[in-house]
Amino acid sequence: MRRVAVIGAGMTKFRRRMLETGRELSFEASRMALDSAGMEIKDVESVVMGTAPDAFDGIHMKGDYLMDGAGGTDKPYSRVYVGGGTGVFAPVAGWWHVASGLFDSCLVVGEEKMSPLRPHPQYAFWSIFDHTLERPLGVTLLWIFSLEMRRYMHVHGVTEEDIALVSVKNKGNAMDHPCAQLPARITVDDVMKSEPICLPVKRLDVSPTSDGAAAVMLVSEEVARKYTDDPVWVDGVGWNVDTQYWTNRDLYYPRYVEKAARMAYKMAKIDNPRKQIDFAEVYDPFDYKELHHLEGVLLADKGEAPKLTREGVTQRDGDLPVNPSGGLLGVGNPIAAAGTMKVCELFWQLRGEAGKRQVKKEVNRGLAQAWGDLLQVGTVITMRR
Amino acid sequence: MSSRIRKYPGTEMDLKEIEAGKFLFSSYETVLRYSFTSGVAISRFLEGLKEGQLWARECDKCGRILIPPRMYCEEDFRSTDRWVRVRDTGKVNTYSISYVNNDASRRRTPVVVSVIEIDGASKGMGILHLLGEVDPRKVTVGMKVEAVWKPKKERRGAITDIVYFRPRR
Repeated sequence: MRRVAVIGAGMTKFRRRMLETGRELSFEASRMALDSAGMEIKDVESVVMGTAPDAFDGIHMKGDYLMDGAGGTDKPYSRVYVGGGTGVFAPVAGWWHVASGLFDSCLVVGEEKMSPLRPHPQYAFWSIFDHTLERPLGVTLLWIFSLEMRRYMHVHGVTEEDIALVSVKNKGNAMDHPCAQLPARITVDDVMKSEPICLPVKRLDVSPTSDGAAAVMLVSEEVARKYTDDPVWVDGVGWNVDTQYWTNRDLYYPRYVEKAARMAYKMAKIDNPRKQIDFAEVYDPFDYKELHHLEGVLLADKGEAPKLTREGVTQRDGDLPVNPSGGLLGVGNPIAAAGTMKVCELFWQLRGEAGKRQVKKEVNRGLAQAWGDLLQVGTVITMRR
Repeated sequence: MSSRIRKYPGTEMDLKEIEAGKFLFSSYETVLRYSFTSGVAISRFLEGLKEGQLWARECDKCGRILIPPRMYCEEDFRSTDRWVRVRDTGKVNTYSISYVNNDASRRRTPVVVSVIEIDGASKGMGILHLLGEVDPRKVTVGMKVEAVWKPKKERRGAITDIVYFRPRR
């Protein structure tokens, strides 16, 4: 397989409601990625779109609808989809387009416009559940997150206050992200006193719903050398999907995330992730998910992530910065765009372009991970200088 | 975002601006009606619910007794072998106290939801259901619970034939 470089990245602001259509958002992110790479659309051989459930935008088969805004017109274009894991899976798909030798370049775009759905985007999630056994009970996606959070807390004896520290950190990190939707300086007490949603999940444990887009430009080594002296390399990719019988699994640990990470680590020849990965952008739609996923990608032992968080290890100036971007909790959660934003953040951090968000220590390798479906998919990418 | 970028694309629409009519919208309502078949396994399961019984499927290869039942074992990828009646009792694997409906509107009184591991099925085999007749603050992981069934003539072969599970008496 050939080496694959990232040479450009772009994103829009993430906001609750945006004037731009999904196509326009896709265009803005794609154009920025091309400009930062120094490329024009005629130089792009293939395009991969990542976008999550059609029900948010309200446009069925929206991959086709979004295409013109993503630079896919009259090109080998496809949409890939693994639920909330899509935002990292799309760059993984872009990677195989180029690594296989089939294409020398692939523009990867992640988009989500959640605001059209009334009264609330949350409603669209109802129809992902089993129509006979689960929907009649009034199930929401918030239920299953809170059930998972409780199970994680129970098995490891984790407190809600420990978990709240993640929200405090990520919303604080987002203060330095110019596109962030919910940057804030808050305290653990603010989280604890916020509105109960599905206990143990409270209002400030949850990321917002958002509109937005993000994009990265992937190219072969030969093409990369033409455009830049400072490429970032994709050195590992992995994904895994566990059974959809989610009530039959022990939710305390995401074994599918571990399998995805191990697949990426094998490719990247990483045998000690804690030493060989300098920072991570793990999926944090809820604060406990950051802890859950840090353990899943083997950057913390099972049950150890709350301790690392308490000790400041995961702060931007810590030994293992986690979600220096501000994550979904701070920057926002336009589903597929949010995952791709994490891959953009790896690019900007590894190039030293992250400005006020730049992590303190020198970074040579980062990991991005996303998650989705019915608590069942893990997608992982590792990138290095 | 890169420090080389100075202009950030995207135009936020403020709720007040929207209410003041600053932006043009078109609205659309889609009505899609579906009638789902219950499938081979779940149809049999639903017949059991009418009788006040829970039924699972057993796989001879891995030895698991599966609930919700399926006609194939997803791990061994072979047809499952037989129906096994399991009990209508179990224990709370995890639970949540929900203040929201499925459209994110708020409930005045919360509902307690739970994954309940069913007695007689393999370890860890749970189903989603509600808990009732219990103070939400007194629910614990591991609590033993039992199904509360609708009166027989009101049952119609649906998961809601069980009203909820309550602490075992």
